[in-house]
Amino acid sequence: MATEAPLAVARGVSGLSMFAAFVLKEAKHVLRDRRSLLILLGLPIVMMTLFGFALSNEVKNTNFVVLDRAPDASTLGLTGRISESNYFTFAGRVQSEAEINDRFRRGDARLAVVFPADFEHDLRHLGHAQIRLVADASDPNTASTVSNYAAAIVAQYQAELAEGSVGPGAIAVETRMLYNPQLKSSYMFVPGVMTLILMLLGAMMTSVSIVREKERGTMEVLLVSPMNPLILIIGKAVPYLVLCLIDVLIILLLSYGLLDLPGGANLPLLIAESLLFILTTLTLGLVISNLVQQQQTAMFVSLVGLLMPSLVFSGFMFPIENMPLPLRVISHLVPTRWFYLIASNVMIKHLGFAAVIQPTLILAGMTLVLLFIAWRTFKQRL
Amino acid sequence: MSAVVVDGLGKAYPRASSKALTDVSFAVDRGEIFGLIGPDGAGKTTLIRILTTLLLADQGTASVLGHDVVRDFRAIRALVGYMPGRFSLYQDLSVAENLAFFATVFGTTVEANYHLVADIYSQLEPFKTRLAGKLSGGMKQKLALCCALIHAPKVLFLDEPTTGVDPVSRKDFWGMLGRLREGGITILVSTPYMDEAARCDRIALVQKGQIIALDSLAGLVESHATETYAVSGERLFPILNDLRAYAGTRYCFAFGREHHLVLKPDAGGPEAALAYLRGLGHQTASIRAIRPNVEDVFIDLIHEQGQ
Repeated sequence: MATEAPLAVARGVSGLSMFAAFVLKEAKHVLRDRRSLLILLGLPIVMMTLFGFALSNEVKNTNFVVLDRAPDASTLGLTGRISESNYFTFAGRVQSEAEINDRFRRGDARLAVVFPADFEHDLRHLGHAQIRLVADASDPNTASTVSNYAAAIVAQYQAELAEGSVGPGAIAVETRMLYNPQLKSSYMFVPGVMTLILMLLGAMMTSVSIVREKERGTMEVLLVSPMNPLILIIGKAVPYLVLCLIDVLIILLLSYGLLDLPGGANLPLLIAESLLFILTTLTLGLVISNLVQQQQTAMFVSLVGLLMPSLVFSGFMFPIENMPLPLRVISHLVPTRWFYLIASNVMIKHLGFAAVIQPTLILAGMTLVLLFIAWRTFKQRL
Repeated sequence: MSAVVVDGLGKAYPRASSKALTDVSFAVDRGEIFGLIGPDGAGKTTLIRILTTLLLADQGTASVLGHDVVRDFRAIRALVGYMPGRFSLYQDLSVAENLAFFATVFGTTVEANYHLVADIYSQLEPFKTRLAGKLSGGMKQKLALCCALIHAPKVLFLDEPTTGVDPVSRKDFWGMLGRLREGGITILVSTPYMDEAARCDRIALVQKGQIIALDSLAGLVESHATETYAVSGERLFPILNDLRAYAGTRYCFAFGREHHLVLKPDAGGPEAALAYLRGLGHQTASIRAIRPNVEDVFIDLIHEQGQ
């Protein structure tokens, strides 16, 4: 039986121009869909602002009151020292324990500093004196942070006093918070937020955009064409790769510009690692899009199937070390865990490539496996 | 040589109680308009999807331009044009952008093949910056046809191209298909509209996954020239019910402002039927013999199948 050869023109136009047309078309979809664009570019800004400012667990400007029955040089000095710090704001004196209770209930103070009547006398003659810190522990985390900060200020004051005096110096316990000396938490969120945003956008946007073609029937038309499905897959991924990179830049800009993340991180390394992780999330999106038929399912799988494990197993919210063994084992399979490790090592600890080779290789291996799965599950037919 | 050869195709969907296709065989000649005519759910879309290499059949073989639909699916994809039943272009791209995109996907350019679609595209040109999603139903179908034609396909598969399109645009659309056939393109088109059968060179009547007749329209009407009568009168609906209750009726169905009636051979002819109606008080009822149209033939064939 005679057969007819495929059109000569099909070979005349290169795969490259097909690819370019595909990327262009995809870019138009993204740019014309204001809502998606808003999510793509607004999400990092919103999340960074939320985590950086609103959801910060850092204690700043906590109101404190002072119960001081016999003010003297030492009590005034210590009170002044506490109110000078960024963490506390002096909110007046109170006359009794009952009044402290009152202020706490009204919520206009969270800490009370109580000096005994003979504070200075004890300090000068006995060499030690007592001070009581009363914290509003209805929010236990804040209470312990607040009292720790106040205790640190007292210890420092005490150390200064000891330096000036002769005789045996008081022992000052020095607590140093590594990598985050001021215990400033706002920028500690950056690697975690970055991990979550890239995972969510990369996987969800890619899967939804491919599944949209299935749902609207355009996939049928594309399949019945001489175009190699590889062009379709890569053409889909490229615009989202660019968008995710833009998100990385937005996050870095906000971190350094707004959250005062200390400089010194190897930025090219960070961007290269981000690129690798974006590739991981895009291939995850491809796998999802091969397995589902509807946009809603794709979105659901991305949100519940990816975001939840990412949140739980990345180490960003809950320390992995504290998890029971089975969960720790599972956490090894979650790509976000490895990128979170890389990002916090590079961004916060300012480590170089040598320190992140292992997680980088794991992430690269995962990407290759996912790419293989995406390739094998791609359907050439309906 | 035939453009499309289908031999013993069978297809069942998992979870479906009946088969989508059962032992379907036919051949489409080069340069003809071949119509698949049948109601929704008859298996037309399944058949077209198998031929466009989108679905795999469970049984049988099929080839398009000599290429096997399973083994040589890539070759077929480069040679055919396909327009799915649902509007399947990008709604958020403009008319011109859609055409340019599909031209590139098929390895050509709009400029190189403009002459192929000029006839149709000239009507769309005033709206070329409009988004495809904002076009009327008829315009959408014309654009989809342009996109399916831009790469000079040898065979065109159209799945219900005129469903949901107004009568004037439908007529227009069929005019275009006629001109495309003059250009030598083989067209396989499915439609639920019986009246469109007249525009096809040959038609296959599809019912429940089987082809129950295949011929030219004239041939079909001739070979199934059952004596058919048109009954009219006041109070059409009671007449229909009474005719269906009549012992001599083989079948009767509403057709516009009349009923088409086919009688059993031993029923005593139209006179007896008329007398029966008059006896029931339908004084204005009248009955006349007519030439069966494609719909009559189709219903006749379904009745034969049912027995």
